Amino acid sequence: MKEKTLNFIEPETSVKVLKVTGQKSSRKRILDMGLTPGTRVEVIRRAPLGDPVEFKLKGYNLSLRKKEAETVLVEIIE
Amino acid sequence: MTEKITVALAGNPNVGKTSIFNAITGSKQHVGNWPGVTVERKMGKRKHKDIEMQIVDLPGTYSLTAYSLDEIIARDFIIEEKPDIVVQVIDATNLERNLYLTTQLMELGTKLIIALNMTDLALAKGDSIEVQKMQEFLEVPVISTIGSRGGGIEDLLDSITEEIHRTRTNENVFVYDGEIEKSADELGNVLADDPYYSHYPSRWFSMKLLEGDENIIKKAKESGNYPQIRKILQRTDADSFEAKIADQRYKTIQTMLRQVCNINTDHLSGSDMVDRVVTNKYLGIPIFLSLMWAAFEVTFTFATPFMNIIDIFFGWLAETASDVITISWLASLVGDGMIAGVGSVLIFLPNILLLFFMISLMEDSGYMSRAAFIMDKVMSKIGLHGKSFIPLIMGFGCNVPAIMATRTIEDSRDRLITILIAPFVSCGARLPVYVLLAGAFFGRDAGIVIFGLYALGIFVALISAKLMRSTIVKGEDTPFIMELPSYKIPTLKGSILHMWERGKIYLKKAGGIILIGVVGIWLLASIPAPGSGGTFASEEIYGTTDSMIGFIGQIIEPLVAPLGFDWKIAVALMFGVVAKEIVVGSMGVLYGVGDNEDSLTEILAAGAMTPLAGLGLMVFTLLYVPCFACIGVIKRETGSWKWTVFQLLYGTGLAWIFAFVLYQVGSRIGLFA
Ligand SMILES: Nc1nc2c(ncn2[C@@H]2O[C@H](COP(=O)(O)OP(=O)(O)O)[C@@H](O)[C@H]2O)c(=O)[nH]1
Ligand SMILES: [Mg+2]
Repeated sequence: MKEKTLNFIEPETSVKVLKVTGQKSSRKRILDMGLTPGTRVEVIRRAPLGDPVEFKLKGYNLSLRKKEAETVLVEIIE
Repeated sequence: MTEKITVALAGNPNVGKTSIFNAITGSKQHVGNWPGVTVERKMGKRKHKDIEMQIVDLPGTYSLTAYSLDEIIARDFIIEEKPDIVVQVIDATNLERNLYLTTQLMELGTKLIIALNMTDLALAKGDSIEVQKMQEFLEVPVISTIGSRGGGIEDLLDSITEEIHRTRTNENVFVYDGEIEKSADELGNVLADDPYYSHYPSRWFSMKLLEGDENIIKKAKESGNYPQIRKILQRTDADSFEAKIADQRYKTIQTMLRQVCNINTDHLSGSDMVDRVVTNKYLGIPIFLSLMWAAFEVTFTFATPFMNIIDIFFGWLAETASDVITISWLASLVGDGMIAGVGSVLIFLPNILLLFFMISLMEDSGYMSRAAFIMDKVMSKIGLHGKSFIPLIMGFGCNVPAIMATRTIEDSRDRLITILIAPFVSCGARLPVYVLLAGAFFGRDAGIVIFGLYALGIFVALISAKLMRSTIVKGEDTPFIMELPSYKIPTLKGSILHMWERGKIYLKKAGGIILIGVVGIWLLASIPAPGSGGTFASEEIYGTTDSMIGFIGQIIEPLVAPLGFDWKIAVALMFGVVAKEIVVGSMGVLYGVGDNEDSLTEILAAGAMTPLAGLGLMVFTLLYVPCFACIGVIKRETGSWKWTVFQLLYGTGLAWIFAFVLYQVGSRIGLFA
């Protein structure tokens, strides 16, 4: 089982959310945006300068800075 | 009798709320600010079937957690003002996340109607949604709409008029697991005991307490039976509840979606394809820069002829007025004061209209988020959000529309800092000052000097942002959690409307301040200096030693002497607050060469001022008090005189320090001597 934080996932990889940690307010927002445990997330790409990172989940696209992505614990699917 | 009701339009950002608002209200709308804050409030009226509706376009929100100012406003409006009906606009191509807000609106117990918008795009994508089933599941009316084309608006209005007289109880469509429900019930009982809570929907309040919503807990602390509430809350594990509640809301939504729609997931959307190019590792930045360049050109090059027309027209009007009016002081007041004042308000209008047209295209198409995505890395270095980049860049053309463009930045602290540093970005009006002075003093090296000034402006802006972030506008960097909405084709009507609104706001809110400033300077230049014996508003004294402004200039000369400036420069700088390019013209008058720039260059080059002081003057012009128009929009956009005055003092202080160090150190080491 490979647990990692979302900032370390390479583009074009799919992962499953395990847990969201971090500061209360950003954690709440990340959950509200749908990164709840069990959700499937695909890493799409990094911005041209390397940060933020774009993800696809629940049929829409979301971007997080690496700093925020670091608070999302995930496991790689397959 | 006509009935009057209030209808609030709520929903996630970019789902088409404003399009639907425009379709419903047409031209009967009014744009202002929410009380106490500078978040935009759009209200409009519409009469349908004898019911007079007051429509409010709420700021876009993803949830009802008090996370951003926008969300607090939307939530407080629904809770405190209690609109008769809330219409939630939903993006049909993005149901799951949109319905998350629905779950919370239902807990609020308000009357709810769902406008299922963008149904054209959902259809094109190959999704099928059974509206009837959705309606049954949610127990609220669901109306299909196409906001950008006004489709379904009549149905929506019909539904509002029907729903207004119907009672429903659908607070419990979303049920949580046993443990959560049990705690919610217990809390509900405690809340029912205290009339303090009667104002709030009990179920929603309980859920928010369980989620650990800080804002709500603060409210609860004010009540007598908070100890009981705390006891219940202490038993629960807030962190796990928070995740569980969000999770179960999404689970219920998924259950419903499986029953009511068929979403085509294999489809690689047009948006994804565009993004492969537009946010591409290698192409992203060049494309961004080209688009910025194009927007800049359109805004500032296309505006030039219009600005010239305004300039010529008001020049002509002022002259005609002074010819027609025989009383000389009145002629001067009308011509040099009032008409010139109105002219200096209107001169910015072409820039503002064009820039907001471009910004509206970028926002409505969805490109604005991509721009923020691409530039965020750079802006985060100074503690700002990617969205601050575009306003700052536009500042090179003119700071006035640039400051107005900070509206696109959601976080209020990021916005404030961006407004405060924007005037340091060297605008087009400062260029004539540089060209003249650099030309007179540095000849062939003028280009390097001018480039250096632009660089200094950027440097000061960046350092100031960083400084303010860690001192007066403290706080952690706002988390960057931004949706990249799918691309849409913007509508001409929407963009024109947006541009027109901005223009109106500028004229109404900033126009007065500019006018007062310009007339104020006219007065100072026209009132005779004490003991000079000159006549009020006569041509002989206007702006000279014999006028008040000259008098003040001489009084403050000791203040600017350490910078190598004399009183004439002090006066020219005071005039420069009307518009920075005026510094040059005023110097011409004060050095007795009139409007002739060539003679001014000669006088300066012949030693009226040292090159070092000339450089100092350029630096000072770059950094000190921005023009009245800029001051007007800073006030309007920060909503605070305190911050406006802060900007003026901070900028002028910096200008003084830079020019002081330059002159003092420079003259000691013999720089440019
Ligand atoms: N295709 C399509 N585009 C729409 C529809 N409704 C709105 N739009 C477009 O979506 C973009 C965002 O709309 P807007 O009303 O500003 O959304 P708001 O942020 O919720 O106020 C604009 O470019 C609109 O023209 C719709 O039903 N169909
Ligand atoms: Mg809107």
